Amino acid sequence: MKHDLKILPSEITSETNYHNRRQFIRNAGLAIGGSAVAAALPLSSSASTRELETVPGPYSTGEEPNSWEDVTTYNNFYEFGTGKEDPYRNSGDFVTRPWSVKVSGECGKPGDYDYEDIVAPHTLEDRVYRHRCVEAWSMVVPWVGFPLADLLRRFEPNSDAKFVRFKTLHDPKRMPGQKRPVLRWPYVEGLTIAEAMHPLTLMVVGVYGKELPNQNGAPLRLIVPWKYGFKGIKSIVKIEFTRRQPKTSWEISIPGEYGFYANVNPQVDHPRWSQASERRIGAGVFAPKQPTLMFNGYQDEVAHLYSGLDLRKNY
Amino acid sequence: MTARSIRWLKALLFLLCLVPLGQLLLETFGLAGFSLGANPVEELIHSFGKWGLKFMLITLAVTPLRRLTGKGWLLRFRRMLGLFAFFYILMHFLIYAGLDQRFDLAVILEDIVERPYITVGFTALLLLFPLALTSTNAMMRRLGRRWQKLHRLVYVIAILGVWHFYWQVKLDTLEPLIYALILAVLLGTRLVGKKHGRTAHA
Repeated sequence: MKHDLKILPSEITSETNYHNRRQFIRNAGLAIGGSAVAAALPLSSSASTRELETVPGPYSTGEEPNSWEDVTTYNNFYEFGTGKEDPYRNSGDFVTRPWSVKVSGECGKPGDYDYEDIVAPHTLEDRVYRHRCVEAWSMVVPWVGFPLADLLRRFEPNSDAKFVRFKTLHDPKRMPGQKRPVLRWPYVEGLTIAEAMHPLTLMVVGVYGKELPNQNGAPLRLIVPWKYGFKGIKSIVKIEFTRRQPKTSWEISIPGEYGFYANVNPQVDHPRWSQASERRIGAGVFAPKQPTLMFNGYQDEVAHLYSGLDLRKNY
Repeated sequence: MTARSIRWLKALLFLLCLVPLGQLLLETFGLAGFSLGANPVEELIHSFGKWGLKFMLITLAVTPLRRLTGKGWLLRFRRMLGLFAFFYILMHFLIYAGLDQRFDLAVILEDIVERPYITVGFTALLLLFPLALTSTNAMMRRLGRRWQKLHRLVYVIAILGVWHFYWQVKLDTLEPLIYALILAVLLGTRLVGKKHGRTAHA
């Protein structure tokens, strides 16, 4: 009787999940995340952010995404405090509408763009990406966004646009973490134009099919999945096309430890800790660490961007 | 203070010193609504380390407090506090070695040799062993005056411990600086004590 069974129940499940992945992700996230949030933490207002219209996007990993709770309560967002739960606790009152982004520099269409102007022309995609923090922990996050390249092209960068510089909002009244000078405010990040135009690079507006909670960088944030998480600048208010490589916040703060590129690289250690392996958030207290992948597992897609570049020097 | 009440107070203090351990155990096994949060191993390592430092500072506060209040019996609790400092710091290391590095000796050794903040922290842990091992009455008698000399190592250990904490922090050094400030005050009182010609007990 047993060997007559041609399809194992587990296979049926995985196929159903394959076709309804988004629904599966959402259900799993809400079930796991929802119950855990209720048990461990007071309900956050941002747990009820608006649902977004999305389509499945390319490049998604098949790995199990982290729970809503992990993704929204374990964050580095120093504008709301340096503790991991500070952004969750301190960003509840942060108002992100109206929101405008100033576009400037080497491009044909500089100006102030409203959040709606920025987002409306684009189809929102679900993209499940690995996320590797420079602190040697990682998550899998179901982002919602659109290729940064599609946005940047609308501003018509000219041939002198070699880099793109991004800035976070600087408003200590709304971002209480900015009252202490831990970093030089506002937060600044940058990419080469080739990195910015790469199809993996996302302008993110949501997570788990919903609008971004404040603690995750609402309303607009960058995700560059082959780089350490701090390159993913949050709450963006300025985009500038530049000729020269911009100085980034962590580079300014500790130049010996953080560079412009910040590509995930298991062979190049942080001066104070190893980058060879990472702890997957949500794996549990007795789970082993897992090896860190070159370019966070996106080597096939991005390695060509760095051919001839000494990654040990250009960390 | 009678011998009887000191015994009771010691028992009470012992239980009190076990409270952080109890909480961390509940958190580790997710009991009674306690949780270590999203990054449990890091949380355990950091919590045990910080409790170790706190007990170290509390232990170092006994002598200045005794001088300030004139209550000689305070000294009777110092050994227990010091041993709890050793216990929490040893747990800090064992959780790092076991849960974080899976007792992979090559990786642990590489960390100790190549990562200065771990070199400093590990040195502090090693220096704690002779103090813990000579904490019995018998050893105190056997070592005599040399015991006090040996146990002055605790000043070096405390400085190394706070330095280890400071060096480990990614950017926001406020918390380790608070520990450093408290340690500076506690060590400072000893210098002042010496200047005034009084004996500064270790």
